[in-house]
Amino acid sequence: MENEAKLAAGAAVSLGIATAALVVLPYVQVRDVEPPAQLKPYTEAQLRGRQVYIANGCVYCHSQQPRDRNLALDAERGWGRPSVPADYSYDRPHLLGTMRTGPDLLNIGARQPSADWHLGHLYQPRAYVGASNMPAYPFLFVQRDRARDDDRVVSLPPGAAPAGKVVVATREALDLVEYLLSLDRTYPILPTASAATE
Amino acid sequence: MDSAVASLLAAFVLSILGLFAFIWSLRKGLLVENPRAASVIFARGEIGRADDPALDDGGHDALQAQVTRLEPPPEATDASQLNARIEADRSSAFPVFLFIAFACLWLLVGSLAGVVASIKLHEPDWLVDAAWLTFGRMRTVHLNAVIYGFASNGCLAVIVWLLPRLLRTPLRGASWAMLGGAFINAGVAAGIGAVASGWSDGMEFLEIPWQIDIFIFAGFAMIILPALFTLANRKVDHLYVSVWYFGASLFWIAVLFLVANLPGVHYGVQQATTNWWYGHNALGLWFTPVSIGAIYYFLPKIIGRPIRSYNLSLLGFWTLAFFYPQVGAHHLIGGPVPGWLTTLSIVQSVMMVIPVIAFTINQGGTLWGRMHLARWSPTLRFMMFGGLMYLASSVEGSLEALRSINAVAHFTHFTVAHAHLGMYAFVSMVLFGAVYFMLPRVLAREWPYPRLIDAHFWLASVGILVYVIGLSIGGWLQGLAMLDASRPFLESVTLTMPWLQLRSVAGTAMTIGHFVFVAHVLAMALGFGPQRSGAARFWDPVGRLVHGK
Repeated sequence: MENEAKLAAGAAVSLGIATAALVVLPYVQVRDVEPPAQLKPYTEAQLRGRQVYIANGCVYCHSQQPRDRNLALDAERGWGRPSVPADYSYDRPHLLGTMRTGPDLLNIGARQPSADWHLGHLYQPRAYVGASNMPAYPFLFVQRDRARDDDRVVSLPPGAAPAGKVVVATREALDLVEYLLSLDRTYPILPTASAATE
Repeated sequence: MDSAVASLLAAFVLSILGLFAFIWSLRKGLLVENPRAASVIFARGEIGRADDPALDDGGHDALQAQVTRLEPPPEATDASQLNARIEADRSSAFPVFLFIAFACLWLLVGSLAGVVASIKLHEPDWLVDAAWLTFGRMRTVHLNAVIYGFASNGCLAVIVWLLPRLLRTPLRGASWAMLGGAFINAGVAAGIGAVASGWSDGMEFLEIPWQIDIFIFAGFAMIILPALFTLANRKVDHLYVSVWYFGASLFWIAVLFLVANLPGVHYGVQQATTNWWYGHNALGLWFTPVSIGAIYYFLPKIIGRPIRSYNLSLLGFWTLAFFYPQVGAHHLIGGPVPGWLTTLSIVQSVMMVIPVIAFTINQGGTLWGRMHLARWSPTLRFMMFGGLMYLASSVEGSLEALRSINAVAHFTHFTVAHAHLGMYAFVSMVLFGAVYFMLPRVLAREWPYPRLIDAHFWLASVGILVYVIGLSIGGWLQGLAMLDASRPFLESVTLTMPWLQLRSVAGTAMTIGHFVFVAHVLAMALGFGPQRSGAARFWDPVGRLVHGK
């Protein structure tokens, strides 16, 4: 080939087609999707918690997208119905994930609504699930000899707390749990809404 | 219209468009082979002469003896063409060394972070007290250091070094390349610091905050300038296939990086499709074309034989350009994205077989009866391994996109193994080989300890094979367990443990190989080690072509 113009044109056209298919068309298609009435915008604390989730890379082990029934039995694991674009109306950035070293979390707030469980589990996952390989997050907590008045003391299973200390949740841990509890897309989706995804 | 029909129709139309573009670009001499174009990388009289600057005199003579048995005797070489190449090499030496040095730095950072992250997956209570050491951050430091740090710098070194050679003219605007390199590496350093401290944009491959991305984009844009200046001043009529790959990939990565990082435009599901449009294209339209372009240059150059079918390389280029960009959405299979989108990506993933087969036939034909030369040339060994792994990773990728296989492999370590097959066994091995070829020319010195090249090759190649095979098995078992709703989810975690431990062992071996490699580069740059012949001569006064030292 002797002509740079051909090369430039070919490169631009090929990338242009792909951009149209994977960026522009999805944009057009989901632009007008209305948020479901039961889905509430995140609160301030939940948004802060979402940033903690992002900062510590939870997305690299946890997806937020129960799969379609004809592909996998995610619903039978109690992870919820297949998600639809409207479920993500308030998600900036998206946290769909591509890995399930741990379970899907799109409905973790409905599946495990106990804040105490989440706090303790973040402090030491293996106190709850013996064979778990989830990292412990002790840096989201502080240890004190005695709790102060406004401290949120984490109630841990016997033996999980360091001897003679209490484990207190930091603001970050509390925000993160607020966010996890907000993950609840168990409301029904009308067939008309899901048809838009076809 | 029915969505499945629409998607298939769209995919079909796009594929046909791609093929028409290919035919259109080839309408001159479509059915005639073109050995003249394939020989553009050689100076007159160089065909039949082996060229591996990583070898010492004895090694080179042994390689040449093997080549002499296979090829017709070479003609006398053309001194003026060789001098032009020496000029070209001199003009690019400084920026190329800059890119190689940064690549080495980030390779070590990325490897160490990768090993730490790998160990954490089976030792989850190790190093948990500091936030920056947590798995989610170490993994991200690893990814960004090896992708934007090591591999991107390596690719830029290859491009900046080869463009002047292929265009037979000195590099124009070298200072722009160096300024761009400074911007990119400042951005990578800041980005890695940001990720480690918990400041992240939150999307895979796009974690570096967009404020920092401005620097990286500016860096890429600046590097396009010297490429354009050099192209405008070229002294050859024909643009060798590597030039198209390099030119197109520079344009592609700049546009991809810009569009994907635009703040405030993308959200929700559309952001997820953009994320994987970018994520897969970073591999498919940046690292892959540069590595293929490198193989198309280095492999024939080392063995002194032009590629067999130049037209096949054309077919490979245009089919890659038209099929690869649309494969990304298979990362979202079964997810909340439009069904036609994943179908389109699956169709195009399978179409990717065409450029891969075109490449493989071409390399196979060029190397036919010459595979044994790899025993004499370490650079050729890296290149052949990389080319073979390109075939392996692409065929695996095409199969993996199919619904039935993707259903198992999706969300598992199988995907991680596949990513390393592409980025390491293919791209990184080609880049290592390219550095072994380039650096003696860049620094005008020999590699001081040739045995270290062998050590690096075996640590890297055996390490990555154990890594990929082991983790693929583990990931596949994980996927099967996950699809079986009668087995508790935890089983899909516990059964991967031995495979994750094996991965840590393999990753450690690869990392040791990287330390060997970087120590060798350092020893060479600082002039340590035996000085066999002093400064390299490209050309000795007698008029005999001297291999690089």
